[in-house]
Amino acid sequence: MIDRHFRRRFSNWLFVAACTLATAFALAALILILWSLFSQGIGGLDAKVFTMSTPAPGSEGGLLNAIVGSLLMCAVAMILSVIIGVLAGTWLAEYGGNTPYGYAVRFLNDVLLSAPSILIGLFVYEILVRPLHGFSGYAGAVALALLATPIVTRTTEDILNLQPHSLREAGIALGAPQWLVVRKVIWRAAGAGLLTGGLLGFARISGETAPLLFTSLNNQFFNADMSQPMASLPAVIFQYALSAYDDWRRLAWAGALLIALAVLSINIIGRVIAREPRQK
Amino acid sequence: MFKKFTVAFGIAALAGTGAHAADLSGAGATFPAPVYAKWAEAYKATTGIGLNYQAIGSGGGIKQIKAKTVDFGASDKPLKPEELNTAGLYQFPTVIGGVVPVMNLPGIRPGQIHLTGPLLADIYMGTITKWNDPRIAAANRGVKLSALPITVVHRSDGSGTSFLFTSYLSAKSPAWAQKVGASDAVQWPTGIGGKGNDGVAAFVKQTMGAIGYVEYAYAKQNNATYALLQNKAGKFPAPTAANFAAAAAGANWAKAPDNYVLLLDQPGANAWPITGATFILLYKNQDNAARGQGVLKFFDWAYKTGDGAAAKLDYVPLPASVKALIRKQWAMQIKAGGKPIYAAK
Amino acid sequence: MTMMIAGETAGGDRAFPPLAPTLRGTGLAPRGAWLDPVFRGACFGAATLLMAALAGVVVSLAIGGWPAFRQFGLGFLTSTEWNPVTEVYGAAGPVVGTLITSFLSLAIALPVALGVAVFLVEFCPRPLARPIAIAVELLAGIPSIVYGMWGLFVFAPFFAEYIQLPLMMNVPAGSIWETLFSGIPNGANILTASIILAIMILPYMAAVLRELFLTVPPQVREAAYGLGCTPFEVIRAVTIPYVRRGMIGVVMLGLGRALGETMAVTFVIGNAHGFPDSLFASGSTIASTIANEFTEATGEMHSAALIALGLVLFVITFSVLAVARALLSTQKY
Repeated sequence: MIDRHFRRRFSNWLFVAACTLATAFALAALILILWSLFSQGIGGLDAKVFTMSTPAPGSEGGLLNAIVGSLLMCAVAMILSVIIGVLAGTWLAEYGGNTPYGYAVRFLNDVLLSAPSILIGLFVYEILVRPLHGFSGYAGAVALALLATPIVTRTTEDILNLQPHSLREAGIALGAPQWLVVRKVIWRAAGAGLLTGGLLGFARISGETAPLLFTSLNNQFFNADMSQPMASLPAVIFQYALSAYDDWRRLAWAGALLIALAVLSINIIGRVIAREPRQK
Repeated sequence: MFKKFTVAFGIAALAGTGAHAADLSGAGATFPAPVYAKWAEAYKATTGIGLNYQAIGSGGGIKQIKAKTVDFGASDKPLKPEELNTAGLYQFPTVIGGVVPVMNLPGIRPGQIHLTGPLLADIYMGTITKWNDPRIAAANRGVKLSALPITVVHRSDGSGTSFLFTSYLSAKSPAWAQKVGASDAVQWPTGIGGKGNDGVAAFVKQTMGAIGYVEYAYAKQNNATYALLQNKAGKFPAPTAANFAAAAAGANWAKAPDNYVLLLDQPGANAWPITGATFILLYKNQDNAARGQGVLKFFDWAYKTGDGAAAKLDYVPLPASVKALIRKQWAMQIKAGGKPIYAAK
Repeated sequence: MTMMIAGETAGGDRAFPPLAPTLRGTGLAPRGAWLDPVFRGACFGAATLLMAALAGVVVSLAIGGWPAFRQFGLGFLTSTEWNPVTEVYGAAGPVVGTLITSFLSLAIALPVALGVAVFLVEFCPRPLARPIAIAVELLAGIPSIVYGMWGLFVFAPFFAEYIQLPLMMNVPAGSIWETLFSGIPNGANILTASIILAIMILPYMAAVLRELFLTVPPQVREAAYGLGCTPFEVIRAVTIPYVRRGMIGVVMLGLGRALGETMAVTFVIGNAHGFPDSLFASGSTIASTIANEFTEATGEMHSAALIALGLVLFVITFSVLAVARALLSTQKY
């Protein structure tokens, strides 16, 4: 009896130790990565990074064109994906979500959500870059939009499903047509959640590299014209990180730090806005 | 508030469109990428016109100019006349550089190791696996070679640098020519692939006992340990601009159809055996005369004023006679709507 | 008035009841109700646009990759030859690399994710629970290119020096360990890529597992504790069987994410085509091959082979996701 008792306590102790170790491992990984990011990237961050464009090797420069390019493409992508995503999510939640087609849409939306981003890049190359004979910021934005829309759709549907039915019934009882109820009552009530969905989508696409490789290419100079190849932070980092030049590599780490900081702060802001534990 | 925000952004995005003349765009080889970037920077400072060059590999340059997604392509692998004709392309050289084997061997100085073509082929085929192999020792009497295993590093992307390197190996080793062949992308018998010249340089730098091949500017940038190669005359020249020029000295550009010239294994005591010119690919018939003119103007400017920057990065500028020849070709061959767009001065 | 759109049942909308038939045409509908079909059509159009995009992706992959399948047939999937000179291509190398790295990363990430989830649910001191949960989720937010850079510049050299070299030098010659550990001592190999992938998919799996564990009714757990079970036994005998289906779904989701990851893997996998023959061998995945070679594939067959690879990846990912979905949807929430 004592033997068995001891065995049970021992195996439990082992288990607790293993779980604690696992958590420590995960936290250690996070700390290590953030530590590398900060220690390597802070050295490269100075005023030049935000005021000058990417340099030739050995020249002075910064990341201005990459930052602006990323911001522009992500902004256009988010406009596209919020419009399509919120509408699609609304359709799933309010209109056709329980029909066979609705199930198909929901499932395929998840497929698109998890689709390898490089395949999306290939697709946009085939339909926008080759026929139009040019790499462009628009192609990059479309590829990013394709990646962000499923996230927005999913969170919109989830959030709208959480809204109590009484809200809708109240709206109809007051004599509003359906679309007005959805727009002014439901959307407004779910505002925080919709914003979180948008932020999540933005966080995801700001770090995406693969789809931009074949669509917006990259640009050595400052370019705000989206019909031309545009620089983007991930593409510049990809190019500079593997290069042989010390100044380029320093810029790559600085850029990586910028992206990581942006994504992390967006996540935190989204959390603050949501201000409630995530519900399934 | 959110609405106003999106409207503002939308206006900003649209306002950026068409606000200024579009940059010229080119893509291709990583071999000349450092010097093109330097030239483009200086050109923009002088004239305000931007030339955006992206180094995606020679294969990429060929593919993208064929798809007409860029204004010009760049490749270290010259296209054969038949391919040029089918595609309607024209090619001309810009600078000459050398491909250098680099290694990571602690305690070995640059230029200490001597290699021959057949040795290099055997290493890249995986038949020689350790640095202290008797065959390597035979060529390097008096050098203490460690027992490190040899890690072969090659290109993972389609590369004109690979084309030059594998062409050289094919010429020097019948076994290599039969088993692997020469091209910008081959089925490498062994080793790991780095992306671009920089990827190979980075891998070599990181791995003890590694050997790779890079364009000389990358070797210099990384302070890499390069090896001396035996040339046709049996000597072991060092990879320097002077020796690349020595290799290029004997080439007869005027006679070469469509500028197809390979500078491998050239005669001369100081000739570096793996030398090559890098080429620009343009359509003979330009859809957009202004853009075609812009590209030619840039390279004309580079021919006139870019030699200093090229020399600083250890590329060899073209001899003046070749430049004159090329300019004549531009005047005769590049047209838009039937009319030549460049006037030789 | 509600407009019937193809695919919808006569029962009306999900959220809104249909207008009573007697009221139609009486003018008693709300003002502006004529816009309802427009709005609904816009929403439906958006959803269908999304579907069209997905269909477009599949179609363009199929069309682009067709020449490769026609040329090599099903042998495309089993051949390891990848020769741009002779224009003979086979998908087996990248496919095997993709599967090996994904499964290896799962094997590493699953126990850790389980441990983290259990820790957060059972053992964690209350005030620490939320910060640790947030920290783990921050790990998910780090962009994949940062993982790639960290992997290449920090982890791979560390791995090469402290793990790979000692193992390779001290392994008994001629044993199975020697083959398992043979390779290039620079940290760019299948195992490194798998470890990096594991760290990437770990946060998702931990977060979903934690939520799964939280769905176990407290009464059941408390009953088990009441019977004198140790926490280990509660987890083993009560919690895990309860969420077993969901757990498999989580595993599949993690697998799906690992299969498609490009950037983190491309940096550290070594880019060698062909079968990896040891843990420390270099390899390639479908995503890394496409990323490396697509912009410069000049031969028609080369491009087609790469797009065909993309189609294969899509089919694999799709199947994994379909199974995951089926399993997760039957899990009671």
